[in-house]
Amino acid sequence: MSQTAEGTAPQGPAGDDSQTRRDFLTLATVTVGAAGAGLAVWPLIDTWNPAADTLALSSVELDIKAIEPGQRITVKWRGKPVFVDRRTPERIKQARADDGAKMPDPQADKDRVKKAEWLVLVGICTHLGCVPLGQKTGQPRGDYGGWFCPCHGSHYDVSGRIRKGPAPNNLEVPEYSFLNETTLRIG
Amino acid sequence: MTAPSEPPPASSTKGKPGIIEQAKDWIDYRMPIFTFMEHELNEYPTPKNLNYWWNFGSLAGIVLVIMIVTGIVLAMNYTPHVDHAFDSVERIMRDVNYGWLIRYVHMNGASMFFLVVYIHIFRGLYFGSYKPPRELLWWLGIVILLLMMMTSFMGYVLPWGQMSFWGATVITNLFSAIPLIGDAIVTWLWGGFSVGNPTLQRFFSLHYLLPFVIIGVVFLHLWALHTHGSNNPLGIDRKSAKDSIPFHPYYTIKDLYGLGVFLIFYMGIVFFAPNALGEAENYVPANPLLTPLEIVPEWYLLPYYAILRSVPDIAIPFTGIVLMEAKLAGVIAMFGSILILFALPWLDWSPVRSARFRPITKQLFWIFVVVCVVLGWVGANKPEGWPLIIGRIGTAYYFAYFLVLMPLLAKFEKTRPLPESISEPVLRDRGESGE
Repeated sequence: MSQTAEGTAPQGPAGDDSQTRRDFLTLATVTVGAAGAGLAVWPLIDTWNPAADTLALSSVELDIKAIEPGQRITVKWRGKPVFVDRRTPERIKQARADDGAKMPDPQADKDRVKKAEWLVLVGICTHLGCVPLGQKTGQPRGDYGGWFCPCHGSHYDVSGRIRKGPAPNNLEVPEYSFLNETTLRIG
Repeated sequence: MTAPSEPPPASSTKGKPGIIEQAKDWIDYRMPIFTFMEHELNEYPTPKNLNYWWNFGSLAGIVLVIMIVTGIVLAMNYTPHVDHAFDSVERIMRDVNYGWLIRYVHMNGASMFFLVVYIHIFRGLYFGSYKPPRELLWWLGIVILLLMMMTSFMGYVLPWGQMSFWGATVITNLFSAIPLIGDAIVTWLWGGFSVGNPTLQRFFSLHYLLPFVIIGVVFLHLWALHTHGSNNPLGIDRKSAKDSIPFHPYYTIKDLYGLGVFLIFYMGIVFFAPNALGEAENYVPANPLLTPLEIVPEWYLLPYYAILRSVPDIAIPFTGIVLMEAKLAGVIAMFGSILILFALPWLDWSPVRSARFRPITKQLFWIFVVVCVVLGWVGANKPEGWPLIIGRIGTAYYFAYFLVLMPLLAKFEKTRPLPESISEPVLRDRGESGE
């Protein structure tokens, strides 16, 4: 500042770093400028967030009337597979019996479903994002009868809980609701 | 671009240099980028009498950056296909977060770019900034203007509205005026037998490319500028160090202040009248089977459009022999109206740069400015009746100004005496005898 201070308000002694009115003005201007720049940059950044039309597609409705007990179907929701599993009473019993077993991400089966018969899961392995096998008959279902991820060998049980392998968490349960007896809404 | 003449300076200043200081020295010794920046942006000696007309160069640079940044974001949401282009732009306007804002900033940014560049060019004309040793600087500026016109034209096609389509059709058809090979060139430009998907896709690609070419030419423009430094309102060379001040902080502050005023104006349009400068017709999807009642280019191209439509058949009087049809003559006149600027340093060879010391030049310059604005009005009207007559008079003056008046003025005008130095008139007016 010293070389431009010529002819301004009285300065402190030479070499003194005491604050002057000019320092205050500089600081205030830079602050306002930085705030303005931040506000100007935000709209550019925010364009990368999901657009209104993308958000409008963020729920799907599904007619579950035709799904037989023991049948698993896959629907696409937000570009991801969602597993809908109509569980048989034996599978429900098995899932509940395992509630106390040792597992990486302990959770009771009743906390993972809204109706015991219907298990709804995001079909994405929590390890590195592959889609686990087990939806179709004949596909491997892993050691616990649920799902098996072929990428790195994660085994999920009939409640979609991780039991063996590198995945850290249970298969995610998406937000969903039953609009009526035959309609499931995901999202 | 000076090479370092000595190893990194020892810590002569008080205490040890900090880690950042050391890192700067390390880099600077190997590639003197900090020395270069210090030299060209900080201490860069600039005439001390620049007025606000000298703000518009830096404004143009900033608008270019705004256009590129907003354009890149728009391109992330735009689909260059005839079936999707219009809808993708509407999606940007309605669904993409802040898409409306970014598109309006980009759309009106084109107008702002031309506005500041036109003022920049008129300033150069008035103060003789095209004269030696700045001819190359002037030429590079014209190249930038031509690139801007191509870029803006292609950008206007992308939303694929009615004006996009028919503007593209009309402008590309200009090339059909070229004798013999004209039609082949037009087919080549289109990639088909009318403006269509291949045209849209190549225009999108070039609209993305050309701004970066402009950046390259801007760097050459700045290189040429910094070689001899800015011209100034007096148009005289700097005689001593007293005539200069360092660019920073004096002109960084002045440029920033001007930027603030400019942004208020620019954002005022973006937020309160975003479509004032555009055509409502372009919010109608392109229809190759229906031409709109009136096709007009954006305002910044209107004067050239007026020249294009003002030129009649070139014929030998009273014989009816047509030497050149109006179509070709108009196209030549339109391109000529810009290309003629390249010859300016030789059409006006008067050694006095600034119009302040050229009483007649000054008046004719302002008439020229008015003529350009009037030609813009003519371009927005149908070429019949008064607009046609005024357009012809204006076109005649436009070319006469460069081709006739300038050489005559250079030879015959009695110029006023130039001041001794940049400092001298200031000190004289204040009745001081120096510092």
